[in-house]
Amino acid sequence: MDFDPVLLARLQFAFTIAFHIIFPSFTIGLSAYIATLHVTAWLTGRDHFLRIARFWTKIFAVSFGMGVVSGVVLSYQLGTNWSRFSSVAGNIVGPLAGYEVLSAFFLEASFLAILLFGGKRVPRWLHVLSAVLVALGTAMSAFWIISANSWMHTPTGHEMRDGVAIPIDWWTIVFNPSFPYRLAHMLNASYLTAGFVVLAVSCRYLLNGDHVEESKTMLRMAVGLLVVLAPLQIWLGDEHGLNTLEHQPIKIAAMEAHWDGSKPGDFHIIAWPDEKAEKNLFELSIPHGASLILTHDWNGLFKGLKDVPPADRPPVLTVFYAFRIMIAIGFFMPAAVLLGAFLWWRGKLFETRWYLWSMAQTWWMGFVAVIAGWVVTESGRQPWIVQGILRTADATSPVIGPVIAVTFALFIVVYGIIFSAGIYFINRLIARGMESGDAEEPAMSLGGALAAAGKSTGDRR
Amino acid sequence: MTVEWLLPLIWAAIIGSAVALYVILDGFDLGIGMLFPFAQDDDERDQMMASIAPFWDGNETWLVMGGVGLLVAFPLAYAIVMPALYLPVIVMLLALVFRGVAFEFREIGRNKALWNVAFAGGSTLAGFAQGVILGGLIQGIAIKDGGYAGGTFDWATPFAFVCGLGVSAGYALLGATWLTMKTEGPVAERARSHAVGLFYAVLAFMAVVSLWTPLEFPRIRERWFSLPNFLFLWPVPLLTALLAFAGWRSLRRDGDTVPFITTIGLFLLGFLGLVISSFPYLVPPSLTIWQAAGAPASQTFMLAGTVVLLPLILGYTAYVYWLFRGKIGPGEGYHH
Repeated sequence: MDFDPVLLARLQFAFTIAFHIIFPSFTIGLSAYIATLHVTAWLTGRDHFLRIARFWTKIFAVSFGMGVVSGVVLSYQLGTNWSRFSSVAGNIVGPLAGYEVLSAFFLEASFLAILLFGGKRVPRWLHVLSAVLVALGTAMSAFWIISANSWMHTPTGHEMRDGVAIPIDWWTIVFNPSFPYRLAHMLNASYLTAGFVVLAVSCRYLLNGDHVEESKTMLRMAVGLLVVLAPLQIWLGDEHGLNTLEHQPIKIAAMEAHWDGSKPGDFHIIAWPDEKAEKNLFELSIPHGASLILTHDWNGLFKGLKDVPPADRPPVLTVFYAFRIMIAIGFFMPAAVLLGAFLWWRGKLFETRWYLWSMAQTWWMGFVAVIAGWVVTESGRQPWIVQGILRTADATSPVIGPVIAVTFALFIVVYGIIFSAGIYFINRLIARGMESGDAEEPAMSLGGALAAAGKSTGDRR
Repeated sequence: MTVEWLLPLIWAAIIGSAVALYVILDGFDLGIGMLFPFAQDDDERDQMMASIAPFWDGNETWLVMGGVGLLVAFPLAYAIVMPALYLPVIVMLLALVFRGVAFEFREIGRNKALWNVAFAGGSTLAGFAQGVILGGLIQGIAIKDGGYAGGTFDWATPFAFVCGLGVSAGYALLGATWLTMKTEGPVAERARSHAVGLFYAVLAFMAVVSLWTPLEFPRIRERWFSLPNFLFLWPVPLLTALLAFAGWRSLRRDGDTVPFITTIGLFLLGFLGLVISSFPYLVPPSLTIWQAAGAPASQTFMLAGTVVLLPLILGYTAYVYWLFRGKIGPGEGYHH
């Protein structure tokens, strides 16, 4: 077997970052939900909001912990796997990541401690504020890291000196052309991801007749939020796509498997792109569909893959199918919640069991859509690691293939154990359900909370 | 005095402080993981863990700060050190994954024993790997054309191995003195007796490294034992000895806080000694902080934020430590 260090470094990094993104995309949304619940409970004085907040805080703690440990790995992997990238782009990407640490990571860590363990030790307002600051921290974190990532897609505000990117204008760097679109799309994706988890869990409880009052509240909140955000995501995604067409047209060509730029593009519902033959072997298409979406013109033209040499094209099959997975979920989501909103309007939301049952199965959708979306945007940028500046093949570290292969295997084993355990434990916390009775405490120690959760399960059995 | 001269110095000071803070803060909670196998039962382990539960996440953030700070201010050093120390860095990261998740998983899982092992094993391995990384850095890294020019196992020397053991002993001492300060009952008593033994071990390792480095590396011998350097530097070992004596005496006389404080002092002096040995080289033996420095525009941009945000961070971090002050007794956590 031939150990290609570039391929191995990419696989290893793709693996660790794909595992990592699962947790932030959930916790960004979930922390905002928990903060909303705390503020609502504080303003209204209604305890059941607090019970819901406490329940999700336990799940948040586990997810956040896994996000932290898998994130620490990434902050060093930029050097271990991509040292030439660090040399070339470190002057730009470094400070953006640095601002993430300073403005987000410390904030999250300290105020999460107060949120989890400080309920008895701090005044109520500070406890509520801690929940808000944790949520703010996760969003700040997204702001900076998406800015750094967006710069890799649409680099601006720098100049190249001796092969190294030197910053000229930080405002232009931070707010590079694709950043606002990518940030809005990703933040909304996080809220959708967490929203669908809350939706699914509340439906599951309602079907079982558990925590009825809390579950009705959760379901109403989830449907009410998602009915706005899910359609919004289609619009944000479309805007992001048009932005990509302007700056990375070949990525769009790969997403649409559009080979010949001299003809209008069809929208392929499914197709089998053949990169060697430079055409689709099979396609089921809406004629002129892609032209209509992308140029708002029946005969509009946009670049095709054959407009650039094969060495400058991304892996078409990956990008094409990841994009289809994402948009399939992206269209299912608003349809599902609009139906929920209709049932709510008719006063039948809590009684329509087939709907509750169906929605209870949808918890994974946001996660899959987020990963698929990142595969589209990152694979779509290939063969570049920084668009037009540095190729991925030139960005690796001087580490030999077998060493990367061995550590990659270690990552697979360790992450396999840790993250399956984590998902199992989260599932178990959901199965245990909420604490019964009054929420007499604004917060709990983790140990105390879990002991209490165990006790309440014991009571019910 | 130019900006190009001053900025790398400032950043070296900031990153040095972040690393020192990391070593002390995560040092004591990694150390507690190392002492986990000596606890008698899960109640004691719960108590040990409760004493660090609100702090560990913030502590570990300093590690990210160190890594990212290096990327910001000295991208070249980052790009050389990470590939050079590839294996110990990856092992450290994986070990930190195990011990980090153990905080939550121990509480939820049915099988506490499994996550006890993950916590103890992960903490021990992470501490050891950090020592090896330190040793690998002190002994020097081969550089050519602005990149790492050595092999996969260049770091694997007896010296790096001894540094690994030394840092492990140091972390265990920090953990033991933290428990002496922050807990009550049998856990605190056992920690005190461990701390005495670990004190000797740490002093022995400090002595070994202090003798080994000047003997093996001429640049370090020159730094310490040439005149007039020696006239200025002799207080460092003397202070170390005095501090060690103060800590040892306090451990024997039932002091609660002084042993932890003196251990911090020992770490800081050890760190100072290493800085004296290596400065101005960020990556010995050939890359100085000025050669490794990133673009001044990057260093300035980051410095502006650091000046504002770092005091805030230190403020609320201190607040969290103050909030969760006091001793944890047997069977206690930060309960409601």
